[in-house]
Amino acid sequence: MPAVAIEDVHKSFGSVEVLKGISFSVDPSQTVAIIGRSGSGKSTLLRCINGLERFQSGRIEVAGHVVNQDPKRLRELRKDVGIVFQSYNLFPHLTVGQNIMLAPRLTKGVSKAEARALAERVLAQVGLSEKYDAYPDNLSGGQQQRVAIARSLAMQPKVMLFDEVTSALDPELTGEVLVVMERLAREGMTMLLVTHEMGFARSVAQVTVFMHQGRIWEYGPSRELFSAPRTDELRSFIKSDVK
Amino acid sequence: MNSIGSDELSFLLESTGWTLLLTAISFLAGGLIGGVIAILRLSRNRAVATVAILYIQVLQSVPVLMVLFLSYYGLALAGLELPPLLAASVSLGLYVSAYLAEIWRGSIEAVPYQQWEASASLALSPAQQYAYVVLPQAIRISLPPTVGFLVQLVKNTSIVSVVGFVELARAGQLLNNALFQPFRIFGAVAVIYFLICFPLSRLSRYLEKVFHAGRRH
Amino acid sequence: MPFQFQFAPVLAQWGMIFDGAILTVKLSAAAIVLGFAAAILLSAARSMGPRWLRLVVDVYVELLRNTPFLIQLFMVFFGLPELGVRLTAVQAAMLAMTLNLSAYSTEIVRAGIESIHHSQLEAGYSLALTSRQVFQHVVLVPAVAKVWPALSSQFVLMLLASSIVSFISVQELSGTAAVIESRSFRSFESYIVATAIYLALALLLKLVLFGIGRAAFPRVSGLARVQTKGESA
Repeated sequence: MPAVAIEDVHKSFGSVEVLKGISFSVDPSQTVAIIGRSGSGKSTLLRCINGLERFQSGRIEVAGHVVNQDPKRLRELRKDVGIVFQSYNLFPHLTVGQNIMLAPRLTKGVSKAEARALAERVLAQVGLSEKYDAYPDNLSGGQQQRVAIARSLAMQPKVMLFDEVTSALDPELTGEVLVVMERLAREGMTMLLVTHEMGFARSVAQVTVFMHQGRIWEYGPSRELFSAPRTDELRSFIKSDVK
Repeated sequence: MNSIGSDELSFLLESTGWTLLLTAISFLAGGLIGGVIAILRLSRNRAVATVAILYIQVLQSVPVLMVLFLSYYGLALAGLELPPLLAASVSLGLYVSAYLAEIWRGSIEAVPYQQWEASASLALSPAQQYAYVVLPQAIRISLPPTVGFLVQLVKNTSIVSVVGFVELARAGQLLNNALFQPFRIFGAVAVIYFLICFPLSRLSRYLEKVFHAGRRH
Repeated sequence: MPFQFQFAPVLAQWGMIFDGAILTVKLSAAAIVLGFAAAILLSAARSMGPRWLRLVVDVYVELLRNTPFLIQLFMVFFGLPELGVRLTAVQAAMLAMTLNLSAYSTEIVRAGIESIHHSQLEAGYSLALTSRQVFQHVVLVPAVAKVWPALSSQFVLMLLASSIVSFISVQELSGTAAVIESRSFRSFESYIVATAIYLALALLLKLVLFGIGRAAFPRVSGLARVQTKGESA
């Protein structure tokens, strides 16, 4: 029973089709990386999974929820599917602790004491225990992103989506975020990450999906994909990324 | 009880003309004074700038009604008995000058400092910088709030009856005292004000959008 | 001719002046509290309600912002009795001030709400919050925090605009000054005294609102302030 099942998903923005029939699945505790050029549709696909984008045809099932636009069902889905954004999107008027506790308290009726304990736990998980009372604008980009991860973790999701979470960070700050993500993967979280970090995809993701012009161009075990790309597009994509 | 007919309507429309005339005169007078105050406000001379700041802050912290009364009776004390239109224009002009000074000062300061640097690097004198580089940009920046303020001015002309000037609001009062149909009369007055102010508000909003579209990176 | 100011006859009426000032403060305070509360409700209705409700709120706001406060006052005091609702001058003043301030405040709060980046909303929704929860916790508080300076300006403007209710013979500060002027024939002095008190009240209100802003929204320095200048009624 896959954690994420995507079947023949088509999506258009107006008259432009950006997803041209995407199908693949993610097993529980698996980490899948999605790579590709900008415009290949990878972020759009991710955002379809938690309902931030609508798709016109196809089927997506994630963590036992079928994705449709019914608000109540979407909310239930979002309790089990967490997402971390490229621009962190922390709530600037709340402290780190308050950011993390907000959703569990409002959506799961968690008590103040339990929420606090929960927040402290996930904050420790991302290595930022001492920042509990800090405000987001006092943190570096890498720290803010880790708080964003903790905020999603506090909902105890079954699947985590990562949308280019290190793209907006200075190079020296990406490391601390990748470390957290790697630990999550090792601990068995089902993860789907859109990323530009080839090295990370290669070493941490069991499976990598290469998207090109709205289709899955190559798909398979990460090590194979990166060492022996079968198509020219993937070959030139990997080459263009050599750091 | 008479009903509202074309006589009454033309009385209202005639008074509307006075409203518009008063608006124009106070805007021009206030604009001239405001421009001077804005320049003083930006002066490097601490004392001069402080006086300008005080002028602006005080006029923005007292009711327009009080400005009307004080300038009217102040002028009377100085021996000047101005005709109502001029009395109203002078008083409103003072009120306008403070607000426009602040708006324009803000607009000049909103011109990016890089513009000053670039024009200085091209060996332009301060006067040239102002004339050719800074003011043109400041004027564009100042259009939305200035038009927005014009709306406020139109509305504030409604209280100048206290210095004896008959404009639209006073005309409405006079009509109502005669006909006792407040709903219809003040409703008509409100509609006329709305027809003047709403397009101006819209214009201000439009200018704001156009301006921001141009500035977005 | 040297000016001879005689403040004595004016200041002799200090009791009346004091009462007038108190009424000004009461009217303004009530209008601010009720007007602000109404603005929050109207903003919520506008943001989350059906399309027709948004239209109704927008029409309400545009009507009140594009007509003079004086005319609104006359409509309430002279016009409502035609519909069978007879209010005292003070009640009419209260109502007119509240309605007027609610419209301006709604517009200001709306600007604040629209300045909340949609990525904040996405984050809230992605955490399984309902629309109402997103509005309340992610949108409303930061929006009001951002526009608090503009709201404060508007509140002070309403304090100053309260002088207009003297047109329907309410004995607040301006009305009182007019009475004193007519009795003592010291026109300039009467209005100077009233003006000085308005100045002091405006300053006081600004300080109070600033303090409230600091207390309620301690983190505004981290948020961009939305620069919408308040407008007079």
